[in-house]
Amino acid sequence: MQFDQLLQYALSGLSTGAIYALIGIGFSIIYNATGIINFAQGEFVMLGGMLTLFFLELLKLPIWAAIPCAVAAATVGGILFERLAIRPLRQATPINLVIITIGGSILIRGLAMLLWGKDTHAIPPFSGDEPIAIGGATVLPQHLWILGITVIIIAINKFYFFHTISGKAMRACAYNRRAAGLVGIDVRRMVLFSFVISSAMGAVAGIIVAPLTMVAYDVGGMLGLKGFCAAIIGGMSSGISTVLGGLILGVLESLGAGLISSGYKDAIAFIILLLLLFLRPQGLFGKAESERV
Amino acid sequence: MKKELLKFGAFALLIMLAPLAFKGGYLMTVLVFVGINTMLSIALNLLLGYAGQISLGHAGFFGLGAYLSGVLTATYGWNPWLSMALAAVIVGIVAYLIGFPILKLKGHYLAMATLGLGIIIYIVFNETVDLTGGPSGLSGIPNLSINGITFDSDLKNYYLVWIFALLMVLFSLNLANSRIGRALRAVHDSEVAARVVGVNARLLKVQIFAVSATFCALAGSLYAHTMTFISPASFGFTFSVELLTMVVIGGLGSIYGSFLGAALLTLLPEFLRAAHDYDIIIYGGLLMVMVMYMPGGLVRGIPELYRKLLKSKGKTALKSEGGVEHA
Repeated sequence: MQFDQLLQYALSGLSTGAIYALIGIGFSIIYNATGIINFAQGEFVMLGGMLTLFFLELLKLPIWAAIPCAVAAATVGGILFERLAIRPLRQATPINLVIITIGGSILIRGLAMLLWGKDTHAIPPFSGDEPIAIGGATVLPQHLWILGITVIIIAINKFYFFHTISGKAMRACAYNRRAAGLVGIDVRRMVLFSFVISSAMGAVAGIIVAPLTMVAYDVGGMLGLKGFCAAIIGGMSSGISTVLGGLILGVLESLGAGLISSGYKDAIAFIILLLLLFLRPQGLFGKAESERV
Repeated sequence: MKKELLKFGAFALLIMLAPLAFKGGYLMTVLVFVGINTMLSIALNLLLGYAGQISLGHAGFFGLGAYLSGVLTATYGWNPWLSMALAAVIVGIVAYLIGFPILKLKGHYLAMATLGLGIIIYIVFNETVDLTGGPSGLSGIPNLSINGITFDSDLKNYYLVWIFALLMVLFSLNLANSRIGRALRAVHDSEVAARVVGVNARLLKVQIFAVSATFCALAGSLYAHTMTFISPASFGFTFSVELLTMVVIGGLGSIYGSFLGAALLTLLPEFLRAAHDYDIIIYGGLLMVMVMYMPGGLVRGIPELYRKLLKSKGKTALKSEGGVEHA
């Protein structure tokens, strides 16, 4: 049959999968540092895209300057979110944390709509849109940008978590917050760092995907959920298993859309999510952990 | 218990007499919505406020009720009452079956799973165009009628919807004060402790989930038959968040609080016409502010604030501690 077609689906699936992976790692980093699933994660993805557009169109910055500005601005958003919504809550129940981050997510979405309106915008690709032939399939230069930038970010991430003091401190917090505090790690600062890193990563994901998918105030919800799905497949790890989770999800979704029905594309991710949560909540690659009461 | 009954009587009387004050008009339509939203937020409150289990997919159950009723009557010509009953039963069974795996999850995971469920249902409404009419909606749903009286005006619909809503209030008050209600609160505080004292926590959670979903389905059917037109947009994630906001604003675990939350959030956009597009900012802000500063909701927060004000009078202006933890 159409091997070329399958290859085509797989290739485009890989690049969306890379986006899911970046968002998923953002989820995992915050979850590991705080025990919170940040429902507002997807909004930083949206902010990345919208802010890039803002810097490009309104301030007329060139793209190489607009991108770092957008990432920086989205990161400031992440810091504000942690300061104003997460830090004041000391002993909140998980339900209240869910409600707070949902509230935050809706609020950020609403503010974006207020500032930039409801229209969908396009961002120009980073380097042209001449398709490149690979085997019998073609990819756009933007797909390569996505894969390349994802690899770089994951490498930086790896370096940070394993070779810097602050990254190691963050991992210590993930293992046991109280013990980390006892050996002199400033846990609250690590929580802030986790929000900085994941909002920056979310923003980058939003920026590199924007030329392919367009951007609007409400793109964050769906992308965020897909990223969460990737993180669940990866067992909430901030490493390679979440990357694999994202790629698996991206490819399955793309194949499902191509071979079954494009209308149900989004449903595929959620069916996978539900099945995993029901059958293997520890992730596809993880070992079961006993639960603390 | 007698005091409770008296309180309910006064509430019911107030609701029954309310139309006299408004004499029809556009506000009546809004008050019908208040009734439907009251049912929905009570349904969610039973699950979230009493059993402590979150759901971000309740708009989906609401939609299932509406579409089952709508399709059975508009497309297949069934009797509206029959289709309403069948919709409630089907949704109840579906929720019961899905409750076992889904309620094994806790906290954040439960939130995500129910959210996923809601979105899957929403996608199905949009994609099964032959059955549901897809994104453009389903029209021509008949009104309910009884003994030759057709519920086709706002006033008639008001009484129809509110009779159901009041019955639901009564049922929920009863449930909350019963052995089951106490068991639910025990599960809320500590599932392990509840199980130790002999509460079958797992089954109980699933049962209340099913009851909650059934209530949503009933509200959905009523919505379909009073509006005579439904489209998927009414049953998306935003509406689940809106329901959550109603429950949180009114007060978790308070039935009258659910009414208050539903009334406020339904009436607010009508008075803030200009801000209509920006209601999600209001929902988001309200959710955050309420959980941070008034986690007991208005029903508990207002009396608390009042007491604090009384206390601080005459004393030196001491700064009071914010964010009171509630049970």
